[in-house]
Amino acid sequence: MTDAAIEIPRYQLTAADGTPLKLAMARATRRARLRAFALVLPLLVFVVVTFAVPIGQMLYRSVHNDQFSAHMPNLVAFFAADETKGVPGEEGFAALAKDLDLSREERSIGEVGTRINYEIAGTRSLFTSAGRKASKLEPPYKEAILALDKQWGDPELWNVMRRASSPHTLSFYLAALDLQYDKSGAIVSAPEDRRIYVPLFIRTLWLSGLIAGLCLLLGFPVAHLLATLPLRYSNLLMIFVLLPFWTSLLVRTTSWMVLLQSQGVVNDILVSLGIVGESGRIQMMYNEAGTIIAMTHILLPFMILPLYSVMKTIPPRYYRAALSLGATPWTAFWKVYFPQTVPGIGAGVLLVFILAIGYYITPALVGGASGQLISNLIAFHMQKSLNWSLAAALATLLLAGVILLYWLYDRLVGIDNMKLG
Amino acid sequence: MNEMTPMSPVRGERQGRASSVRFQNVQKSYDGEILVVKDLNLDIASGEFLTMLGPSGSGKTTALMMLAGFEPATHGEIFVNDSPINNVPPHKRGVGMVFQNYALFPHMSVAENLAFPLKVRKLGRGDIEARVARALAMVKMESFGGRRPVQLSGGQQQRIAVARALVFEPTLVLMDEPLGALDKQLREQMQYEIKHIHENLGVTVVYVTHDQTEALTMSDRIAVFNDGRIQQLSTPDRLYEKPENSFVAQFIGENNRLSGAITEVADAICTVSVDGGPTVKATKVVPGGRGTRTTLSIRPERIELAPAKGALPVVIPGRVEELIYLGDHVRVRMSVAGTDAFVVKVPNRVGRTLEPGHETTVGWDPEDCRALDEIAA
Repeated sequence: MTDAAIEIPRYQLTAADGTPLKLAMARATRRARLRAFALVLPLLVFVVVTFAVPIGQMLYRSVHNDQFSAHMPNLVAFFAADETKGVPGEEGFAALAKDLDLSREERSIGEVGTRINYEIAGTRSLFTSAGRKASKLEPPYKEAILALDKQWGDPELWNVMRRASSPHTLSFYLAALDLQYDKSGAIVSAPEDRRIYVPLFIRTLWLSGLIAGLCLLLGFPVAHLLATLPLRYSNLLMIFVLLPFWTSLLVRTTSWMVLLQSQGVVNDILVSLGIVGESGRIQMMYNEAGTIIAMTHILLPFMILPLYSVMKTIPPRYYRAALSLGATPWTAFWKVYFPQTVPGIGAGVLLVFILAIGYYITPALVGGASGQLISNLIAFHMQKSLNWSLAAALATLLLAGVILLYWLYDRLVGIDNMKLG
Repeated sequence: MNEMTPMSPVRGERQGRASSVRFQNVQKSYDGEILVVKDLNLDIASGEFLTMLGPSGSGKTTALMMLAGFEPATHGEIFVNDSPINNVPPHKRGVGMVFQNYALFPHMSVAENLAFPLKVRKLGRGDIEARVARALAMVKMESFGGRRPVQLSGGQQQRIAVARALVFEPTLVLMDEPLGALDKQLREQMQYEIKHIHENLGVTVVYVTHDQTEALTMSDRIAVFNDGRIQQLSTPDRLYEKPENSFVAQFIGENNRLSGAITEVADAICTVSVDGGPTVKATKVVPGGRGTRTTLSIRPERIELAPAKGALPVVIPGRVEELIYLGDHVRVRMSVAGTDAFVVKVPNRVGRTLEPGHETTVGWDPEDCRALDEIAA
């Protein structure tokens, strides 16, 4: 190398025509990258429109509810100006009278009542009946409205209305966690007889965990068999594993109903064998047991497939090597084979658990009262009570729980180690 | 290696502790229709390095697997130190084994891999550490104990696999094509290392390979397998110099073949009329008298090109067809006695004087030309 060559400053690598190398590379591959992007664009749009946007809306709905605030402008303005809590003076009642009349005209009084009814049961009719008479109200409004119903003098009602005057609220999350505001506005737990969501969350987690555990227990030997049998047998076995997979979920669930009900196949066999008496037919359905049995069966393939895909990659020579080194068959399995299946176990358990935690149809059909999961209650609020904000809050908590579990799994096992099918 | 190498303490403990192995009328079938191993009889002396050599499907690996206990023998008995082991499960045989792709446990560190056979034998912790350190020293990988197998190169994994198979001091070690996955240079180096470890430890080694060079380099004796039978069991030099049948001659080393029929027998030497060619003299190996079909086998390096008159008993004409330059020597492909695949190896100083189309003669000593059984063409 000559001295001159050494002295050339090399700040940047350049292509032959002097453009920086990175820029030249980007230009050279731009067309290919654009084409690749165009190929995934339809899916991207689809995912955004059908997944990201609805989920975002759901998250937003859980903290945003303008059923009250949108239709009661005068009260909203009054609450903004007056900070005192409890029952207001004449001014507040005047605003209420105006808004009642306004929302009656708009035919939105029912919606307003429903919003307050979420927090104080039985108040919907308070609003609708007051709305009907709102046009006839004369000042002084406070006395006139109190004359309609004494409940208008309840300070808690006014506190609830004050909170509802802001479209952004945490009260649905509080409700979803069995919490509520007390009279002074502090957050306390709901009365014991009205706590339903937290126990249901706990039951959902417990049942999902149990189902994942049962699936692992039942699926592990099957996956091992699948991975080690000669091809012609394992193909047949694989079809048996996948056959229920291809059958409608509803068909499988109803066939469990045929089997498990008290006049069903299983009970009939037990009775005819004399194992249980006619009066002692076992209740295996419309309770937790039904949910556990049917869901374990339905989710089993989701455990077997990731386990199988991992076991398939473990060559038998490891097990043989362990034997040749003096390990008993059990030690060879436990110390050498089993640890290598952990990525599959992690993937399978996580998959089954996440699917189970949000499962709806099966518990709805065979769960009875004690076998319901949180998703059944979300559906109830979506379809029956129409309290979508509460449904959204419950669903968001569920989503957060799943993401938390996923994060935990990543920390403990590492998502890179997960192998799905 | 001298006595100062880290191996010496191990050697002291193990001197004279090696197992003998005997296969007696062993047969093996996987499907009840085809015998993979047909009537195997084999004695392996204690401390011997015996190689089972053969093409794939010849039954050599199956024989090894039966010895390791992973496959039951369909018929016959295998003895280790004169006690039958057919009903001993593999983990009680105390046989060290090195697998084809090393089979190091991927979820354990190198040291844990080495400690595994000691842990299952419930040795004390200090003892285990000392033995693991010694095993690592034996394969010169003292600083690799904390690594995972995936962080090692193929050669390093191989060393660890060998160390693991030896760390619990078995008296019999089986190796199933252990060098198959390594590149050529590393393979040669590992051959010497394994050979030296065997010499130092004095254990019995049964080694399976399809690579004849490997077998020739390392073994005390080689059993050449084909079609479920041992074709020849002999020392490397005898196998190469004096193959007893055409398969062995062809499988080990390079080999020129000429087909013909025996016309005359005089003690160990016979006269063979080569099909469509001359009559030559050869060492008679194939049984049978006049008229027996035979395949003549002669090594390319035992043929002399244009020998001086009267120097060799067999001299026949040939034509140079092609020269292949291989550095230290030149391979000359010739047309001789009706075949154009007759190869002669000549030193490159001689090879340079040759040209394709050159008419010349080739000659050999009947000692080096063996009349073997005929190969069905």
